[in-house]
This record gives sequence, C-alpha cells and structure tokens, in this order.
Amino acid sequence: MTTLLLADHDNATLKDPTRRALTAALMLGESVHVLVAGENAAAVANQASALQGVTKVLHAEASSLGQGISEAISALILSISDQYTAVVAAATAVGKSVMPRVAAKLDVMQVSEVTAVLGSDTFERPIYAGNAVQAVRSKDKKLIITVRASAFAAAEFSGTAPIQKLCFKEEPCTPSLAGRTCSTSERPELTSAKIVVSGGRGLGSSENFEKVVATLADKIGAAVGASRAAVDAGFAPNEWQVGQTGKIIAPDLYIALGVSGAIQHIAGMKDAKTIVVINSDPDAPFFQVADYGLVADLFEATPQFLEELAK
Amino acid sequence: MKIIVPIKRVVDSNVKIRVRVDGSGVELANLKMAINPYDEIAVEEAVRLREAGTATDVLVISVGPTEAQQVLRSALAMGADRALLIETEMALEPLAVAKLLKWAVTVEQPDLVILGRQAIDDDCNQVGQMLAALLGWQQATFASKIVMNKEEIVVAREVDDGQQTLRLDLPAVVTTDLRLNEPRYASLPSIMKAKKKPLVVTPAASLGVDTAHRLEIVRTFEPASRKAGIKVTDAAELMVRLRAELNII
Repeated sequence: MTTLLLADHDNATLKDPTRRALTAALMLGESVHVLVAGENAAAVANQASALQGVTKVLHAEASSLGQGISEAISALILSISDQYTAVVAAATAVGKSVMPRVAAKLDVMQVSEVTAVLGSDTFERPIYAGNAVQAVRSKDKKLIITVRASAFAAAEFSGTAPIQKLCFKEEPCTPSLAGRTCSTSERPELTSAKIVVSGGRGLGSSENFEKVVATLADKIGAAVGASRAAVDAGFAPNEWQVGQTGKIIAPDLYIALGVSGAIQHIAGMKDAKTIVVINSDPDAPFFQVADYGLVADLFEATPQFLEELAK
Repeated sequence: MKIIVPIKRVVDSNVKIRVRVDGSGVELANLKMAINPYDEIAVEEAVRLREAGTATDVLVISVGPTEAQQVLRSALAMGADRALLIETEMALEPLAVAKLLKWAVTVEQPDLVILGRQAIDDDCNQVGQMLAALLGWQQATFASKIVMNKEEIVVAREVDDGQQTLRLDLPAVVTTDLRLNEPRYASLPSIMKAKKKPLVVTPAASLGVDTAHRLEIVRTFEPASRKAGIKVTDAAELMVRLRAELNII
C-alpha cells in the first residue's frame, strides 16, 4: 500500500506547495512515492529524492509533461495508478487541473483542498470560501486528494530516495502550447513567504502599486499580493491575487494596504499569524479581522512606516 | 456551432452563511440564491460567441432542484436559447454531476462546453475537468481569454506564475476564471422574452446514472474565527508594536 504524490515544479525547481502536500501525504500512514513529470527536469527529481519521508521518486520526461498539460500528466498517473491506494497533489493550478481527470477515470470522488488529515480516509476541507469546514470520509476504493498547502508545514530536505525512470509515450490529441508568460522576480514566492504586503483598489494605479506596495515589500523582504479589485483594475498581475480563487497563503505577517477585505479576499489569508490593515475607511470590513488596524491615508502612512523602519 | 453551459444554483455570494448548531450542515432555508458567479461568466461568454456569429445555439443546463429553473431563466434572459433542468432533490457530488452532464453532451453533441472553474458553495473545482476526462475531450481550466473558430479554440489561462495559452481541438471543455468577461444585467424585455424560451425538465433518476454519494459528511462546523485586535494611532505606534511582538521586522 503506497501513496503517490504529484510534484509541482517548473522543470528546474520543486515548488514549495509540494513539500507541504508531502506532509499531508505522509499522514495517510503509507510510504510515499513522488512523481516528477517534466522536461529536462532531472534537477527536480534530485530535489524530490532529498525530501524527508519519500521512499522512491519516479521521473518521466516528455515536452507535454514539461508544459504542464493536464491530459498528459493525468494519462501518466493513470498508467501507474493501480500500484497506489492514494494519489495526492498540492492544490496548485496544475494539481487542480490534473487530479479531477484522474479521479473521474478511476470513478473516484476527489477530496479537494484538504486542510487536515483526521485519519486514513477522513479529512477536513473548507467550503463557502472558508466560512464553514466539512469533515468528510471517503467511501471510495482509492483516495484522490488535493491539499491546501498553506495548512501544512513544509517537509525538510534530508533524505536520499532512489530515482526510477518511467517511460512516457506522448499522448495523441493533447492541447498544444500557444504561449506562456512567466513572472520572474527576485522576491520571495507568495505561497511560502514569511511576510506578504498586499495592495487593493485604494492604490489607484499600477504606478502607485509599484511605488507604495512593491517598495515596502522590497524593504522588508516580503512577497507582493493583491486583491481581486487591484488585479481586475490592472494594478497587479493575476498571479499576485490572494483569495478564494487566487493564492491561499498563511504568512507570519500580512500587511494589507488599501484593501477593503471582502470575504473572498480574507478566504485567502485568514490563517496569517499577524494581520496589519491600513485603510482610510474606518468601516472597511478588513478591520474586523486585523490584529493591528491603522485608519489612515496609505499614501501618508506607508512612507512614515518606512521612515520608522529605518530608525 | 452549439455550446452547452452547465450552471449551478448557489447561495448568493453576498450572503453570509451560517452553520447549523448541530453540525449537520449549512443552513440554506430562506437564503437568497443565485447563479454561481463563475457559471454566469460562462453564460456571458457563450452568449457573446453567439452574438458574434461563432455559435448558433446556446443550451444552459442545471443539475438541481425544481427551484434551479430560476437560474436557468436568468441565463435565458442573458441570451441563452434553450434550457434543460436535470432535476434532483439530492445535493449531488461533482462526479455525479459530471456523469449526468456527460449524458446530456452525448445527446446534444455540442462543440464546446463552458462552465465555471468552481462553485462558490462547495469550492470543489472538479466538474469541468471530470467531464472532459469522461468524454475524452481536451480541457482548458481558468480561462481569462477565448478566441474561437470552427476547428479550434485558443484559451489564455491564469496559472500560478503567470499565463499559459493553449490551443485545443474541438470539441472541448473550458472552465472560466474571473477576468474572462463582465456578465451583463438582463434587460426587462429580455427577461420577458426568456419566459417563452424552451425549458425542459428531465428527472435525474430516469437517466440510469449512478449518483450515489461517495463522501460521507461527518460533520460541518464553523472555523475558528479571528477577532479584531487593536487600532493604532499612527505608523510610529504600529512599528513599535510590530517590533515588540514580532521578530521578523
């Protein structure tokens, strides 16, 4: 009885959510194999083999796998799924796209966005944007699970699991890649950063977003987040969105500038250890969950905060 | 070209839900219900493709109770041509919904199925991908832009580190993200017109599809809530407090 964990990566680096999903996968009580499906992704397979608790790494190469094409990755998982009692992935864009395909083909009801493992078949998951939590028990013969990474600690690198090559023949009739834009940044990754500075509609423009939010973030070594309103308005790119359908994060410190605090936004960061909210509207709903609230014009308060920081 | 848009009736996104004190679930009685916002975006996109002449027939389908006819009528008022209710009083799981939709797709033979990335009640994010897999069709999740012609569809998707654009062969399944479009408000004349559009009701139980629950809901509870902390007077006090209580700044 073994659990298969799908690795999320960019062909060069294993992504942090996979390390957290491994912690959940190990709680199922079985040994865990990690599947690295990529193109020129040997470095990722090596990183996966060093993860504590992993007993084997399976490494398959193909260009469709490297592009993260769901049809290819799900076909690969299905080709080996009879050896596994559970298949687990972090609930990333790739995991969310691939896993329901696997579940449907195996006639299994997937458990999405697991936030706690209560037993080998029983899990907690949030519903209604985190306004309620359900404990569910799977009655299926196999488990197909996606894991909300922010709810689990990251597994350490201290192991040396063997790496086994897997053959993968390209699937016919898969979508083809027609374009890719990738953000490259020196900043910490949003999903694993200890500090996140987030901006909302109150910033007013992409120039202000850069000048105020990004400047503060870079001063304190933080990742940058944004509310849906800020992304919709074009102040920030989509990959910065925090919330029900954006990134779900749990940093040590979350600083929100000019974000009103819609429930869909709070759904993405309410597990932050400390929440700081700066907003000129004293009635902004965000203040109801803030540990430290400052009612002030963010264009005045943020530079003052930076001055204090320098002291 | 025919498009199917599956839509779900959910609690309105502005309503704050309450968990029943006995842990048996979320209290749904007398709450304002609405079309799932992501599905509404899917309806809008299909109607735009119809208005552009790319599509000729937009069929909206809901799997749900009798009352789901209301969200189907709303979609008809937005410009969909026909509606089908696959009626069931049971709250079905995504796998069962995908199987029922597969039945409808097999009967209707559309070129495209477009639906929301997730429903805002169970937040599962599964039906579109499951339907694509059951049909053996290509899929594009989290669409933020769609360009379509007779044989293929090009979809820009929002992914974790930016955007990915995929070219899919038709027929295909696409799930919508927030920024695909901004759904219209139906005008009064189109609401009146929608009352005359065809709406067919088929009992789910008559379709020979296994819809049994695979997940047992053990209990439902409210998450630990956060309390409001303190208001500080200025940036200087904020910094003093952060430095005193956190070691990271």
